[in-house]
Amino acid sequence: MSSSKLMTSLNIRPAQPQVVHLKEVGPWRRAWRKLGRNRMALAGLLTIIFFIVLAVCAPWISPYDPLAASWSAIRKPPSLEHWFGTDELGRDVLSRVIWGARASLLAGIVSVAISLLLGVIIGMIAGYFGGIVDGIISRMTDAFLACPFLILAIALAAFLGPSLTNAMIAIGVSAAPIFVRLTRAQVLNVKVEDYIEAGRSIGCSPMRIAISHLLPNITPPLIVQSTLAIASAVIAEASLSFLGLGQQPPEPSWGSMLNTAKNFMEDASWMAVWPGLAIFMLVLAFNILGDGLRDALDPRSR
Amino acid sequence: MKPGIRKALSVMLVTLIPVLSSAQVLRVGLAEDPDLLDPTQARTFVGRIVFSALCDKLVDIDEKLNIVPQLATSYEWAADSKSITFKLRDGVTFHDGEKFDAAAAKYNIERHKNLKGSNRSGELKPITSVDVIDPLTIRLNLNAPFAPLLAALADRAGMMVSPKAAEALGDKFAATPVCSGPFKFVERIAQDRIVFEKFTNYWNKDAIHFNRVIYTPIPDATVRLANLRAGQLDFIERAGSNDFASIKKDPKLKSSKITEIGYQGITINIDKSDRAKQNPLGKEAKVREAFELSLDRQGIVQVAMDGQATVGNQWVPPSNTYYAKNAPIPKRDVARAKALLKEAGVTNPSFTLVTPTTSDAQKIAQVVQVMAKEAGFEVKIQSTEFATSLNMADKGDYEAYVLAWSGRADPDGNIYSFAGCKQPLNYTGYCKSETDALLNESRSSLVPAERVKTFEKIAAELVKERPIIYLFHRDWLWAYTNKLGGVKEIPDGLLRMTGLKFN
Amino acid sequence: MFAFFIRRLVSLLPTLIFVSMLIFGLQQLLPGDPAQILAGEDQSPELIAHLREKMHLDQPLPIRYFYWVEGVIHGDLGESVRTQQPVLELILQKLPVTAELAFLSMLIGLLISIPAGIISAVRPGTYWDYGANAFALSGLSVPHFWLGILMILFFSVELGWLPASGYVSPFENLKENLAAMVMPAFVLGTGISAVLMRHTRSSMMQVLSADYVRTARAKGLSERVVVLKHALRNALTPVITLGALELGTLLSGAVLTEQVFTIPGFGKLIIDAVFNRDYAVVQGVVLITATAYILLNLMADIAYFIFNPRLRHA
Repeated sequence: MSSSKLMTSLNIRPAQPQVVHLKEVGPWRRAWRKLGRNRMALAGLLTIIFFIVLAVCAPWISPYDPLAASWSAIRKPPSLEHWFGTDELGRDVLSRVIWGARASLLAGIVSVAISLLLGVIIGMIAGYFGGIVDGIISRMTDAFLACPFLILAIALAAFLGPSLTNAMIAIGVSAAPIFVRLTRAQVLNVKVEDYIEAGRSIGCSPMRIAISHLLPNITPPLIVQSTLAIASAVIAEASLSFLGLGQQPPEPSWGSMLNTAKNFMEDASWMAVWPGLAIFMLVLAFNILGDGLRDALDPRSR
Repeated sequence: MKPGIRKALSVMLVTLIPVLSSAQVLRVGLAEDPDLLDPTQARTFVGRIVFSALCDKLVDIDEKLNIVPQLATSYEWAADSKSITFKLRDGVTFHDGEKFDAAAAKYNIERHKNLKGSNRSGELKPITSVDVIDPLTIRLNLNAPFAPLLAALADRAGMMVSPKAAEALGDKFAATPVCSGPFKFVERIAQDRIVFEKFTNYWNKDAIHFNRVIYTPIPDATVRLANLRAGQLDFIERAGSNDFASIKKDPKLKSSKITEIGYQGITINIDKSDRAKQNPLGKEAKVREAFELSLDRQGIVQVAMDGQATVGNQWVPPSNTYYAKNAPIPKRDVARAKALLKEAGVTNPSFTLVTPTTSDAQKIAQVVQVMAKEAGFEVKIQSTEFATSLNMADKGDYEAYVLAWSGRADPDGNIYSFAGCKQPLNYTGYCKSETDALLNESRSSLVPAERVKTFEKIAAELVKERPIIYLFHRDWLWAYTNKLGGVKEIPDGLLRMTGLKFN
Repeated sequence: MFAFFIRRLVSLLPTLIFVSMLIFGLQQLLPGDPAQILAGEDQSPELIAHLREKMHLDQPLPIRYFYWVEGVIHGDLGESVRTQQPVLELILQKLPVTAELAFLSMLIGLLISIPAGIISAVRPGTYWDYGANAFALSGLSVPHFWLGILMILFFSVELGWLPASGYVSPFENLKENLAAMVMPAFVLGTGISAVLMRHTRSSMMQVLSADYVRTARAKGLSERVVVLKHALRNALTPVITLGALELGTLLSGAVLTEQVFTIPGFGKLIIDAVFNRDYAVVQGVVLITATAYILLNLMADIAYFIFNPRLRHA
């Protein structure tokens, strides 16, 4: 490969005079445009929308009732009647995958919502007040982060009892420390800014400062982290279900379908292939989107 | 013979010998990692598989559940049935070279009864004292006749460890057990392997054809079978029921299908706690009868167990001598179930079925849910981790519970603790003095025909209340390399090493 | 800088104390009676009473905690109630296994992510970049246990190339050891390759725009030499230090991977202990892994400090 070819394909250009736009584009608009240029991220976004549509329209799209067992159709391979085959109780796998999108998407989104809520509040308290409060919160967060995530989630899920809701709470609480740390770091960065000082000097309450000044400025990395966290939350739900702690039968979730399917990998591999593929596609989509958002919202890159 | 050929032959022999001797290692795949390797304190089923190679017991059972000699060559009950005399085998030594004699046997029985942390004391409760008659004869004195005694002595409660080692090692005994079986302990790495080596002074050493046994716990049934197929294991226990068809078709594998001595059933809270009275299933015997009639046992076996089980409705399988013929398996009858519910004045009864997160229990619960719905039952499945479910059952914090029992050779082991008033495994709360009297009677008679009659009466009593709905008796599914022969198919599901060899 | 190091070391202690309290508290929250589950199927009342006494279950929580801490100070992490094996012994037995798995996974992760990161950094915005990125992200998006079982079925049962499960010590037979470890290490390694790739990429891009790289190019050296000989060495340092932090992720992932591949490491030990309510084992293992993680964090911070002269004078 000639070096000149490589040179031209490198995006490293010598310093050029800045082209001045007459219309100043705001940072959000800029980010959105940048995201639009990232085709992979768009593909990810479309995939996510596809799954959301699938989940919402499940009652209308699904060919069969996901709970309808049929003793005569047990573990049948994919056919015209059952595109994805049937499972160990004769239920249509395609229908269960479609309905399972609800559980998996819910698991991802609700868990992260819980993490965000807990993480942002605690992180802001730690970052804003500093001192002893920060010290204690930081040490406790470190302690949480030092324990293997899955063990925390398992212990919490076992404590709460196996169910999808409890799995979401368990994952949400276990993942919160990451958001605490992120929020705190951002708050520490931002709190030295002038406008915060200004707000404080005119007597704004900490709450007011937090909501109207801190929050908008720390949102970008939180958005990125949340998207990536949804990806790992979906996998975490699948992992907990694999251990019997997530969504319980007969309601479908991709993770619990995989858990049941693991016993039938040889004689009914379709039971594992489709939910596994679904998890893979959804999680990959969130990861790619998150990656794209990170690039888009990164103030340093243009 | 030409010298060249002789040399070639001897070279061949020399290279074959390692092959031959390495072929004398048996690699067994277990479904779980055993717990302590001390027969007095052991608590798991899987541990018993390992013990059958490590520790000999006074007596053993055969394929028909008859008592056969092992360390005891014969036994005789006294006329009043309150004591039993055992003649012990001569020339038996423990793995450390100590002699097995009456004193050693007495030490072991007392250890099983008295050691702190013993799990055997309940099994040997009726034994009040042990007398050494002569070096090869002991007498166990009981406070009352106790028919299940021999079955208990055919299991861990009859296992004999070296007294010298037990004293010397104290509570570290389980780490390096010294016992009396065909193999002695070499090493154990938790969750990785347990290695035994042939005990050269074993009294029955001619029947032992392996130099080493290596037990590997592989909890995932698919992976366990994959190991067997890949040639890394020679034998696996508890193969998945859905894998059985393909195992049978595989020319490189052989298999065994043995009906267990235990059962799988649904335990119902009829009086264990207040929760029983708040639930139609726990309150009314008619509702329970309707529930049982809504179930198609064969269907459950077919769907949930791929046909690898035998339907039953008692604590012993229908083929068992002590199965009560006066209480046959009811056929599914949804119409009658609905009629019974009407009679009981109950409409759309609903209850929660506590289901451990094991694959079998989950399948059973889902099939039961669908079947019972046809008779009008609304079954809510509450999946619970096994540890939690056990505690819930013990406290009576449940309505119905999918629970299995691994089974004991004597029917008493399958019913006494479960149906007797306030017994440790009685999660139903069932308590009837008539049944208690019958249960005690069944243990105190040594005549099988009499016991059969007593069990028939017990069955008749239990049918009135139906505290446990027995569904079926699972099949132990073993898969092994086709090189393996001499596999004894004993209903307790434990692999015996005597007679086992590579063909 | 020394002060920074000492400060960090001192803050280690409260964190560890919190970790121990956290895992202790969580365990005690677990429903069910550990004495019951550990007593096995016979549920002998005598045995249950004995176990309750042994595990101090009838004592209040703080007292039990102090029993445990006292033991830890004396080097006694308790024993597994299930097998009576001392926890410390269990940990020492399994530490090399998980350590080897973590090391091999990191190796495979780096083997995938470094070339991918270089390609991405050298050709940003092109299909190469997207492709490498997507490949690395795929590793992160696949459920470990699913990939694991698929690999077993394909490589072990179908092809017979690799053992389906189990572990052989490298001192016994290195070849068999590696054969048993390659699949689980691959599964785990691909999981962390995305993060490592991102680090490689950003670090590489940073380095490529540095002055000495421009000089090297101006000297007429081929791009390959510039990238591989000059830039890579400097780009890799932050990658490795940050990569060490992925240990936490590896350990989490190892939990299920070890289960599927039946590798007798920490992961498998912990899962079984949680479900068996074998408290001492869970506490001991989590304490050790948390300590390792915190120490690694500290070392990564120090390394970062050392390799980043700018931070030293901040």
